[in-house]
Amino acid sequence: MATEITTPVFAALQQAASAAETATRTVTMPVGVPGFTLGEEERTVPVTEPPVLPINKDLEFIGKPIERWDGYAKATGRARYTADVALPGMLYARFVNSSVPHAKIASIDTSEAERMPGVKGVHVIETFLGGAELRDPSLEQSKYPVVRFAGQPIAAVAATTPQAAEDAAAKIKVVYNTLPFVVDENIARSANAPQVFPGAADQAGTAGGGGSRAGIPQTGNVHGPSVRKEGDAAQGFKDADVIVDAHYTTQVQTHSALETHGVVADWKPDLLTVYASTQGTASVREELAGYFKLPMSQVRVITEYMGGGFGAKFGAGNPGVVAAILSRKTGAPVRLMLDREEEHLSVGNRPSSDQRLRIGAKKDGTITAIQLISYGTAGCGTGAGCSGPAANLYKWATLHTEENDVFINAGPAAAFRAPGHPQGAFALEQSIDELAGKLEMDPLDLRDRIDENPVRRVQRQVIRTSEIWKSRNPKPNADSGIVKRGVGLSQSIWYRHLNYNSAAEVRVHKDGSLEILSAVQDIGSGIKTALAQIVAEQFGVPPAKISVKIGDTNYPPGPNSGGSVTTASISPAARDAAWQASQKFLASVAPGLGAKASDLTLSGGMVRSASGKFQPIAFRTAAAKMDTDQVSAQAKRVRDYDPKKYITYGGIDCAEVLVDTETGRIRVKHVFSVHDCGRPINPAQVTSQINGGVIQGISYTLFEHRLLDPNYGLMVNADLDKYKIAGSFEVPKIDVQLTEVYIGQSSTDASGIGEAAGIISVGAAIANAFYNATGVRIRQLPMTPGVVLAALNQPQQMMESI
Amino acid sequence: MPGHEPPNKDNKELTDRPRDAATPGGITRRGFLKGAGVTAAGTALLEGVQVFSREAAAATPENVKEYGPEPVTIALLVNGKEHPIEVEPRTTLAEALRIQLNMTGTKISCDRGSCSSCTVLLDKTPVNSCTMLAIDAIGHHVTTIEGVTEDEKMHPLQAAFVRHDAMQCGFCTPGMVMSCAALLERNPNPTEDDVRQAVSGNLCRCGTYPKVFAATLDAAGQMASKA
Repeated sequence: MATEITTPVFAALQQAASAAETATRTVTMPVGVPGFTLGEEERTVPVTEPPVLPINKDLEFIGKPIERWDGYAKATGRARYTADVALPGMLYARFVNSSVPHAKIASIDTSEAERMPGVKGVHVIETFLGGAELRDPSLEQSKYPVVRFAGQPIAAVAATTPQAAEDAAAKIKVVYNTLPFVVDENIARSANAPQVFPGAADQAGTAGGGGSRAGIPQTGNVHGPSVRKEGDAAQGFKDADVIVDAHYTTQVQTHSALETHGVVADWKPDLLTVYASTQGTASVREELAGYFKLPMSQVRVITEYMGGGFGAKFGAGNPGVVAAILSRKTGAPVRLMLDREEEHLSVGNRPSSDQRLRIGAKKDGTITAIQLISYGTAGCGTGAGCSGPAANLYKWATLHTEENDVFINAGPAAAFRAPGHPQGAFALEQSIDELAGKLEMDPLDLRDRIDENPVRRVQRQVIRTSEIWKSRNPKPNADSGIVKRGVGLSQSIWYRHLNYNSAAEVRVHKDGSLEILSAVQDIGSGIKTALAQIVAEQFGVPPAKISVKIGDTNYPPGPNSGGSVTTASISPAARDAAWQASQKFLASVAPGLGAKASDLTLSGGMVRSASGKFQPIAFRTAAAKMDTDQVSAQAKRVRDYDPKKYITYGGIDCAEVLVDTETGRIRVKHVFSVHDCGRPINPAQVTSQINGGVIQGISYTLFEHRLLDPNYGLMVNADLDKYKIAGSFEVPKIDVQLTEVYIGQSSTDASGIGEAAGIISVGAAIANAFYNATGVRIRQLPMTPGVVLAALNQPQQMMESI
Repeated sequence: MPGHEPPNKDNKELTDRPRDAATPGGITRRGFLKGAGVTAAGTALLEGVQVFSREAAAATPENVKEYGPEPVTIALLVNGKEHPIEVEPRTTLAEALRIQLNMTGTKISCDRGSCSSCTVLLDKTPVNSCTMLAIDAIGHHVTTIEGVTEDEKMHPLQAAFVRHDAMQCGFCTPGMVMSCAALLERNPNPTEDDVRQAVSGNLCRCGTYPKVFAATLDAAGQMASKA
């Protein structure tokens, strides 16, 4: 029960705080694309905000390709990842996983395992985390969690060596009462298919997306439809001059980060410390504090370095909870890292899709109706919706989408880099290309007609004048040889998501050293470097000299890194903290300099007197005059300056492919990638992410495919050799052009790039290039040689089957 | 495994292997069997016949000692320094480096030789340390990512990786550096295709390959101009 505090001092403080929060000033900000549409707009901002940041060309460190702050640590192998953490007396844990795809467990005998040498603790899992949960749990009576996929963790062992843990795990005897199972999503949709759940079930989303709304209807294994209707689509199709109607399918992809999921948990009576390979230190703490009913102050999560997540690493999950339990039981720190097979099976994937997409348009290209009916499987979870691109990329008069999840006995999906969008764009952007063909319009001209986004318009102009696009023969199948060349393009879209649980503290020390602290974690996209650049810009000190301390919940709150929110969320908080710390710094040195704080400014690494009282002094020299050893300021993310503005990011990928019509092999020769991420803080790192999006997109389009054996319900390629991922020889020449965009929304005006670039658009760009090369549409992923040859040999049948 | 020369390092436990004149510089059959101990599959590969360790031992009864399952003390020559360690014979080289020697720059990702995150140099040849037993490394010079840096100073290749931002999450980076370092050692003037070949076994899920190619070619140029 809270007590009302009414002392005069407190009231005054409260008033001052609320005045500071509501006091505003009007500023003029750059808005638009330099070289194309740059202008100025007014914004009303809190008075505590720093001065408006000029565009990148007028800055010293922000917007420059500064070397990665932790490049040395990564290149020399000194970067410490979760699996590298070794604590005194640490035990190694292994899961025991289900060998069958669907069963109730009759019994689990751990007695022999417990007697094995080196074994210190055994735990039988009481609650399986992840996956959908029954709305009515009473529909299912079972002593242990019901097994819904092969690879579901059942128990775990902690021992003194990894080998001892593995030996002991093999001695745990599990007796299954097997149930009928289904791993083929088409069979799962039929009325008499085995049921994955005995009733309706839902899965919550994570910080990275995924999951589904609660309360969606469910029939058998089909969880849906989730319906959206805008206007009368039936009428829209009647109004159309041209209709494109096609059926697309895409496969399940696994995240396959090189570092598997895992934690080191150290349970002490007053503090649970968890080193986690996670995209969200905050999300791990929240889940552990909730699960164990611990105060947040007694859970600390640390992520110094993490080896890739791509959306699958939020929350503590089964590894986090089980490692903590084993640590509590044994009184020792416990490391639990998944192996590669477990990584494929149990911690997430990108759902498949089966999409019927109809687009109606007038002769001038105006879209009268879009209808998308989709099915997809997220295993024993939900989140297979893929209508994002169809609903948001172009202007339509009417829209009708129905999304359905199909439960099968496979591991639950997780958010995966731009959830739903690679699937949706693969269909939409091929159909738009097909529409352009039917209307005899240039694909760029058609998009100019139906896409109102001013940034995409600039980007289309860049593509239009590029060598790769100019080299495209508009006539499909123009090459007469065995190897045919084609060029195609696709657009992408992503949204301005923000996480306001974002704060940073900047400290200035008397020796002129600087540090920035936040719980935010660097998942490889380089936020450490970006934060260093922001502090460096404020104080005129090289970024490499800034101490960046992040990835620890002991620091001010940081956003979970999912949905491209990190830079957009944390960078303004960092700049605000740096600015406010600089003002405190000036106040702290003013007496020593014999000046008034109001007469002092800090710019370009020099402390200056506005009245000309003294010659500029270097920041470091002035710091020696501080009246305390340290000053600091903590700032949280303020609201976007104009939150009513609907902002999307995106770009265009243009691919040149060579199709060997005899072997069915597609070789992507060149990709030209034009993308925007607001103000780029570090163009080198942004380019790295775009390269990565393009390569992951190629990998998804041509190679990756989770294969489940319908007879046994097991994944047959749960490794990294039969689960093929693009390697060095599949990487094309990639040219990246960043579109620098100012939107006037925050003190840095920066945004993210992880989702928008490459992964969404490359699939359709390759498919459109394939059509340009051969005159045949491929509407199925992955485009393996078998799929390509089938399409080429029976183009008519392929066309009819749609 | 061509081209490498095992140093005749004496090892108290396991390195009393006689050199086989028929295969100069290579792994001798006898040495392999003795060293391998439990590597039944490896033996089968070498011999082309299906044998298990006991039968293999029986096939060459003289001077053969069987190891395991109890831990044995061995000495590994890593980054120019000999390290006595106690391992179970089934311990992979990657595990021994990471756990016994706390050299965690070598990463384990797939744990079966398909991603090369665990690449180290055995003498001068890049190998997947996750698919090699620690006891099989006895008598060889093992170089890990920690051994590429000298006196805290980055190798020109590592500096080029940083300059070109040839890393994102960084998990594959040590393996990439090892593969590229081995390439520059045997071919100081590589083409981009040579670099692609050198890292064709190295998976990078963040998709950093273009910058790895650029960094390695740049490093080759820098090293050539200094040489």
